[in-house]
Amino acid sequence: MALIELEDVRRTFTVRARTGRFSREKREVRAVDGLSFTVEAGECVGYIGPNGAGKSTTVKMLTGILVPSGGRLRVAGVDPARERVALARRIGVVFGQRTTLWWDLPLRDSFELARRIYRIPDRRYRENLGRCVELLDLEGLLDTPVRQLSLGQRMRGDLAAALLHDPQVLYLDEPTIGLDVVSKGKVREFLREVNQDRGTTVLLTTHDLTDIEQLCGRVMVIDHGRVVYDGGLDGLHATGRSERTLVVDLAEARPAIEVAGARVVKVEGPRQWLAFPAQQSAAPIVAAVAARYPLVDLSVREPAIEDVIARMYAEVAIG
Amino acid sequence: MLNAAPVEAQVGRPPDPDPGPGPTGLASALGLYAAVARGAFRRYSTYRAATLAGTFTNTVFGIILASSFLALWQARPNLGGYDQSQAVTYIWVSQALLVTVAVWGGGFQDDVQDRFRSGDIAVDLYRPVDFQGWWLATDLGRAAFQLLVRGTVPLLVGALVFRTRMPEQPVTWAVFLLSVLLAVVVSFGLRFLVSITGFWLHDSEGVRSVMLVVSMFFSGMLLPIALFPGLLGELAPVLPWAALVKVPTDVFLERATGTGLVGALGFQLAWAVALLAAGRGAQWLATRKVVVQGG
Repeated sequence: MALIELEDVRRTFTVRARTGRFSREKREVRAVDGLSFTVEAGECVGYIGPNGAGKSTTVKMLTGILVPSGGRLRVAGVDPARERVALARRIGVVFGQRTTLWWDLPLRDSFELARRIYRIPDRRYRENLGRCVELLDLEGLLDTPVRQLSLGQRMRGDLAAALLHDPQVLYLDEPTIGLDVVSKGKVREFLREVNQDRGTTVLLTTHDLTDIEQLCGRVMVIDHGRVVYDGGLDGLHATGRSERTLVVDLAEARPAIEVAGARVVKVEGPRQWLAFPAQQSAAPIVAAVAARYPLVDLSVREPAIEDVIARMYAEVAIG
Repeated sequence: MLNAAPVEAQVGRPPDPDPGPGPTGLASALGLYAAVARGAFRRYSTYRAATLAGTFTNTVFGIILASSFLALWQARPNLGGYDQSQAVTYIWVSQALLVTVAVWGGGFQDDVQDRFRSGDIAVDLYRPVDFQGWWLATDLGRAAFQLLVRGTVPLLVGALVFRTRMPEQPVTWAVFLLSVLLAVVVSFGLRFLVSITGFWLHDSEGVRSVMLVVSMFFSGMLLPIALFPGLLGELAPVLPWAALVKVPTDVFLERATGTGLVGALGFQLAWAVALLAAGRGAQWLATRKVVVQGG
């Protein structure tokens, strides 16, 4: 059964702009414009898009703190806006830039409060807390006031607090923002465990595509309130018409060389960069270069997912 | 190895679709709000320097004000029906109440204001807790801590330095505590209404500063309400601010006794209920606005 179902969901906002001293103009802005998708239980989905694409609006509707203007929306079988409080017991939400922890009190107190808010039975609370403490390395931090925690430690605390009540769905908004490499790694490892071993459905919003590469089997790209791509990460390369790059070091500096099936995008002394479609094999191009020019060294660079997505955003904006 | 398999299967199970409520009902809700209040109490107890400085200020102000009242009552004995020692005691009790009852605002208001500025206020809505109940609990926890430190110290100093009038009946102390509790709830009700305007005004700072002046004046914090002349003197005792300082001091000084005492507490209770109900209505409108119009 699909855990999250959206059918032609729309959300418009009325914006009032001053047009004169006393006159005001009402304008409708479509933040989400006919969004349809389903997420099965146990999936981990990356939900990405440029700023203002409608990501937060979607998450707000999924948590029930915003009513859709139209369409049908179901999370775990219920209408979030109608049953916001009941649903709140079954979802977990973590915003990377916000905290639900008690600033001046030890981390332990915030967990204790979560136990009461979500009415977690004692045994389950002890089990879940134990697991989170172990996996997130929180043992030494439980008695530290939250304000003294580093950003990475606080984030781990927030993750634990959001998962103590065994939510079916976990919404994450930029969970690794501002974290160092080691902390990012810990957070991702934990999320993988939550998704794969616990079977918790995860919807992840991020600008850090490494999060998605490492965690999500499925990516949804949203722009202007619509889904512009929905599928595996590999498929993005094909859709985005991405290119691989062959970097060749020639024996001497030359003007841009001519090779069939590739074009030179950059020349720097004896080094030249040749771009070619990502799906195509590099072998014939290497052979062609080697046949005509003395070659000292070469390497092939895979397309960065960032570039692929940047190109996709740009195309949508033009189209 | 054979034994390990079922354990693994258990660990790997997805969480129950509906784990079912844990301990339910009123008891667990009360448990939650009690925990919130305890947390707030402990939170304020971590601000040691601020508490120390505040207590010192209360005490110094108390000495200055009590000295002026002493001079005033020497010139005009029995002004407003207070004798000299009652007038001086009025100052010390009101100093004890100033921060406890949050006569000039503050407490949870600062937290709520921060949450409006940062946008965290939207996050508060998806938690299965009652917004008003949550903040009321934190404010009761805060008030309990303030009463313990910023309430008792000035009162003790006042009693040592001046000739004060302590309650003659031991039971008055208990009734006084009840009256302070009701005063905190009335004060909360007023401040909650002010803070919730943030949903429409984005910043309740302006409303807050107006309320500060009104509250300081009509609570009797600056001058006992019994001294207000004419129409003002008739109006002030029925306004909700009278529940903040006037009623608790009347109880402490045993000016309200018998049916008068019951009436005074009833007056506080009525305002507490009315203001909490109004706050509830405002909260309903605010939630609707956020959920339907999108903040």
